[in-house]
Amino acid sequence: MLRLRHLVQVLALICCATVVQAQSVRPPGADTAVSTDNNTPVQAPREAGDATPTLADILARQAGLDVSDDARKALDGSEAPPPGVEALGTRGPASDADLWRGLRFDTADISTQAKGPAASVLVQDGGMWWLNFRQGPLQEYGLYLLGGTLVLLALFFLIRGRIRIEGPKTGRKLERFKAVERFSHWLLASSFILLGLTGLYSLFGRKVLIPAFGHEAFASSATVAKWIHDNVSWAFMVALVLIFVMWVFENLPHKTDIKWLLKGGGIFGKGHPPAWKFNAGQKLIFWSVVVFGASISVSGLSMLFPFQFHLFSPTFAMLNDWGVPGWFDLAPFPVDLTPQEEMQYAQLWHAIVALVLTAIIFAHIYIGTIGMEGAFEAMGSGEVEEEWAKEHHSLWAEEVIGKRDAPPAGAQAKGV
Amino acid sequence: MKSFLLALVAMAVIATGAYYGLHEVGFSAAERTTVGNNVRLSD
Repeated sequence: MLRLRHLVQVLALICCATVVQAQSVRPPGADTAVSTDNNTPVQAPREAGDATPTLADILARQAGLDVSDDARKALDGSEAPPPGVEALGTRGPASDADLWRGLRFDTADISTQAKGPAASVLVQDGGMWWLNFRQGPLQEYGLYLLGGTLVLLALFFLIRGRIRIEGPKTGRKLERFKAVERFSHWLLASSFILLGLTGLYSLFGRKVLIPAFGHEAFASSATVAKWIHDNVSWAFMVALVLIFVMWVFENLPHKTDIKWLLKGGGIFGKGHPPAWKFNAGQKLIFWSVVVFGASISVSGLSMLFPFQFHLFSPTFAMLNDWGVPGWFDLAPFPVDLTPQEEMQYAQLWHAIVALVLTAIIFAHIYIGTIGMEGAFEAMGSGEVEEEWAKEHHSLWAEEVIGKRDAPPAGAQAKGV
Repeated sequence: MKSFLLALVAMAVIATGAYYGLHEVGFSAAERTTVGNNVRLSD
């Protein structure tokens, strides 16, 4: 009897479990008034005044059934679908498309855990344009610019050859640059070369270096390159201020510059137009370095301290006020920029100006080394051959020689 | 070329000084753009 009782209990338990399991797999909408007739919309039971989509609505919709919109119509008293969601009707408070559109155009009410200046911009619409421009035209035309400059300089060297000192060398030297001037020049030059190399490393790394050396090698070296670029930039800025302070007055425009430019600096043919300490070509280099270097520095600072500077919104607004876009038949420049867009414009501007300045510096390095005999000594030892000075900077040489050869003031007074 | 060598040394000094100086001042780009108590799903 005991065994029979246990058997009955086990059978009863199995039956109960089967019933419970069957109930648990019933869809939530199964107990609703689901019509088997496809022409009759399904209406899930709901309380009066409640038009919220239910799980039964969603399951019925997934089953391909038509879901009744009556509850919503009764609530707002309108036969028309809700504005803006015509395609959706009562199919939900918002679709994924609506949500992503809201994020994209900054109309969604969101909150983020990260609290940085750019944290609330989850979809940055201009980012792809920046990425495509950086990986496309910037790299392509940057390469053309630098490569084209090198080719032109090589051609020039082949045609013109090295510019020699024409007259006989005197063996006498004139001090051209003091130690502090040479120090500042080399601080600027060495930091610029390092910044240029590491900048190109960053710009062309993905396209050139990763395919050549692999991701791991590039990641490690790019980290070092970035450290150098970020921190050596301060040496560049210090040197830029130093050379500006030391040389600005000698680089102001002078009437002799016009004659020098009209004669092309005497590059072709014999004889050189007169010049003071800096000729018009050197002045152009100086002001290019100062203006472009300052611009690179400011845009670089905005990247060193991300989201702290807003350079482009006010600049674009100012250009729009002046009507600049209209001069080129362009649409007004965007002034409502996200923090990321500010950084992206800064990066592009930084790279473009740096590439232009690099091309100019190629020419400067050429003429200061292999392009002209006697030029490197000016920054090497600080002293130049007197004949070189007379040929290339005649007015300056005349002044310096005059001071050197003038008798001491005391001796002149005594009539010696 | 003493000026050139001195400039190289100065560049290294300025770069290193800038690196440590900015950290001493307390500025960090990472701090500006993130918070410390980020939720991590797993570590």
